[in-house]
Amino acid sequence: MPERLMRLEFNVNGTAVAVDAHPMARLLDVLRTQLHLTGTKEGCGEGECGACAVTVDGSLVNSCLVPAIQASGCRVRTIEGMAAAGDLQRIQQAFIDHGGAQCGICTPGMVLAAAALLEQNPNPTLSDMRQGLAGNLCRCTGYMRIFESVVAAMRPSAS
Amino acid sequence: MARVPAIGRAIPRRDGRAKVTGQARYIDDLTLPGMLHGVTVRSPVPRGIIHDITYAPGVPWDEITIVTAADIPGRNVVALILEDQPYLADGRVNHAEEPILLLAHPDKHLLEEARRLVRFEIEPLEPVLTLDDALRAERVIWGSDNLFKTYVVGRGDIDAAFAEAALIVEGEYQTGAQEQLYIEPNGMLALVEPSGGITVWGSMQCPYYVHKALAGVFGLPPEKIRVVQMETGGGFGGKEEYPSIIAGHAALLAWKAGRPVKIIYDRAEDMAATTKRHPSRTRHRTALTEAGRILAMDIDFVIDGGAYCTLSPVVLSRGTIHASGPYYAPNVRIRGRAVATNVPPHGAFRGFGAPQSIFALERHMDRVAEAAGLSPDELRRRNFIKPGQTSAVGQVMRDEVDMDAILSRALELSGFHEKRRRFAAANTSGHIRRGIGLATFMHGAGFTGSGEDHLASTVSVEATAEGRVRVLSASTEIGQGTITIFSQIAADALDMAVDEIDVVQPDTSIVPNSGPTVASRTCMVVGKLLENACASLKRTLADGGYLNADSDVASACRAYVSDHGTLRASAQYQPAEGARWDDEKYEGDAYGSYAWAAYVAEVSVDLQTFEARVEDFVAVQEIGRVIHPVLATGQIEGGVAQAIGWALYEDVVWREGRMANAQMTNYIMPTSADLPPIRVFFEEVPYAHGPGGAKGIGELPMDGPAPAIANAIAHALGADVRQIPVTPERIAELLQGAYA
Repeated sequence: MPERLMRLEFNVNGTAVAVDAHPMARLLDVLRTQLHLTGTKEGCGEGECGACAVTVDGSLVNSCLVPAIQASGCRVRTIEGMAAAGDLQRIQQAFIDHGGAQCGICTPGMVLAAAALLEQNPNPTLSDMRQGLAGNLCRCTGYMRIFESVVAAMRPSAS
Repeated sequence: MARVPAIGRAIPRRDGRAKVTGQARYIDDLTLPGMLHGVTVRSPVPRGIIHDITYAPGVPWDEITIVTAADIPGRNVVALILEDQPYLADGRVNHAEEPILLLAHPDKHLLEEARRLVRFEIEPLEPVLTLDDALRAERVIWGSDNLFKTYVVGRGDIDAAFAEAALIVEGEYQTGAQEQLYIEPNGMLALVEPSGGITVWGSMQCPYYVHKALAGVFGLPPEKIRVVQMETGGGFGGKEEYPSIIAGHAALLAWKAGRPVKIIYDRAEDMAATTKRHPSRTRHRTALTEAGRILAMDIDFVIDGGAYCTLSPVVLSRGTIHASGPYYAPNVRIRGRAVATNVPPHGAFRGFGAPQSIFALERHMDRVAEAAGLSPDELRRRNFIKPGQTSAVGQVMRDEVDMDAILSRALELSGFHEKRRRFAAANTSGHIRRGIGLATFMHGAGFTGSGEDHLASTVSVEATAEGRVRVLSASTEIGQGTITIFSQIAADALDMAVDEIDVVQPDTSIVPNSGPTVASRTCMVVGKLLENACASLKRTLADGGYLNADSDVASACRAYVSDHGTLRASAQYQPAEGARWDDEKYEGDAYGSYAWAAYVAEVSVDLQTFEARVEDFVAVQEIGRVIHPVLATGQIEGGVAQAIGWALYEDVVWREGRMANAQMTNYIMPTSADLPPIRVFFEEVPYAHGPGGAKGIGELPMDGPAPAIANAIAHALGADVRQIPVTPERIAELLQGAYA
């Protein structure tokens, strides 16, 4: 139904983009198929797993539940926007060093969720982490190494 | 120059950077020019005869590629153990969600509409939907008796032992199906090469299983088939056998359409149609002496295999061998049966039958202890198998196992005895009841019996002109850390730096067959072959005079390759010396080694909501040498978390042979808010035949948590838990005395 396509303009990872998309297309699909940002993953398509998490104007959302039109005029950040210049952010390095990533499929969403958590609350308790990351499912780690990674990213690092 | 060994250190995960930046490439991230999407149209009924297939108007059918059983160029069977499962149903269906036909088109949305417009005229037949129905065999749906496989193993004189028992305790225990729920759904992309060969990329654990299956369905020689593993977002057994079907489907569509075809399952299809853990029912009868020693164990273990044989005989074998656990019984009889029902075939899932039989045994042991007036740990201590004693299948234990010490450490770390007294005293009032429970168990690593001899796996290593070494194996990285631990093993064996090692992406056109990535065998079995291949490469360098006091291995590799062009070494599995296994009698050395463990779970149960929660978890295990402390700890934590899900939350609801809750919304896996601290401790007893002394680890943590939790709930409520998952509904029943 090409006649129903709409021009949508938004900012992705600091770059202005324009795409022609069905206004109710999922933001997830626009990111993955039209903008080729495949770091955002689809795990369930129903907003349960958080593998498709991105931020829209700073809020963490499940991009499988967001119609593309809703991102119109917004700032969208995906995993590709972290470490875009090549240097890993602390939370990313912590996931590597402390076993926060195993199979990696939940990792982009989990890293963005952890970063969003730390942005809101630079010193989260274990309980804050349990609640703050509960929207992102991980089947590999049992979450313990992810908590460790968040704790490590909080600490001023020696290295 | 003293090199710090890589083994034993938590080096940075080698695939970490690609994963935390979103650069790692999974199958759905891959697109080829001209590619079509493919979907599978499935049976809505559990059993029936297909009379007609029609295509209702509403989509341009002439643009859509359609593949049915009639289009299959080779044999319409999925090559595995028995060849009873078709790629596409031909004339009849034996389970709901059975693939009947395939569709491909460039437009995904149109394809979804088309899928709904395919009409099947199916004459329904009365299905067999439960394990009991299958055993009654009033309707025979498979073979002559609905039995895929039966094992009877054991030793001694059961009847005489029961005649002289001081105490006999009986019980029946059940476990439900469990979905692997890797977060990346299954997917494959297939291409027919101009040469007529077929290339498939996808999410998988076992490239050579897919390779063998494709050769069969196309009737092509092996060299015409190429299978490449993409980054794989979790497997847990769920990507062991089923990917062969999806690869075949994608390739059949590509072959008919003349264009590349990608099939990606959505979550609902992945949950409803692909394999799950076998549901089980186990009956125990145990004879005890006056002194609390096991005189005899009589165990009847049944698993529901679903509609086709697939891997059920092997799952059954592991479950049967593990059914008597880490205990010595002079008289033992274990009968294991895998039955056929008209539900989608159950398959591989971490633990592979052992979690089911160990759940029954470890819950039963608590009941035996209670009947004998012993504490749960004391009964177990009196009966642990010791070095030199013989297992149910006739394996003389050669490991330096000390279950007593492992159990003591777990009890101490968890405060077991103090909490057991304190909770029991406090549980007389209030709406939160607390309990603590334990399980002791072992898990055999590698294929069972002569399995590794038959596999005869091979690993190769090759030096490059740049002085790096490439590891060539078909063992896949699925999150468990293959790439990192292989790098460590190779680095130490070659005396090189970890970042001088490259682990090659599994591609059957490049890598030898190192066997499937299953059975906790990647580190222990394949890792040992890698160590041997590296030693052989180093010997070649030394024999050629390239290695001497002042040359490092990297420069020796450079020099050798510069002189000779290539430098490659391989190692193939050789039967272990002194090991014996009799496939006919099913007895002997079942596994090269076992990992041993004692787990303790602390729970609370809310009498108002009937919810059980795990509050603390202690996991102590002996797994040989730990190759990578962070990865090993992560394996245990992840396995415990998955087992907590199986024990408390993950309930597959069946309706007319179909999964009724095939969504993450109502099939509940643990979130970060649901899990307790999981405290992991290792005892390290180096294993002589493992790389750097390591044993297998992946499946072990799935075995112990469920019975430890069930025992803790029984302690909290004073109720007799016999079945998992222990959902709130089941707790409500327990409290109403339904099991009294």
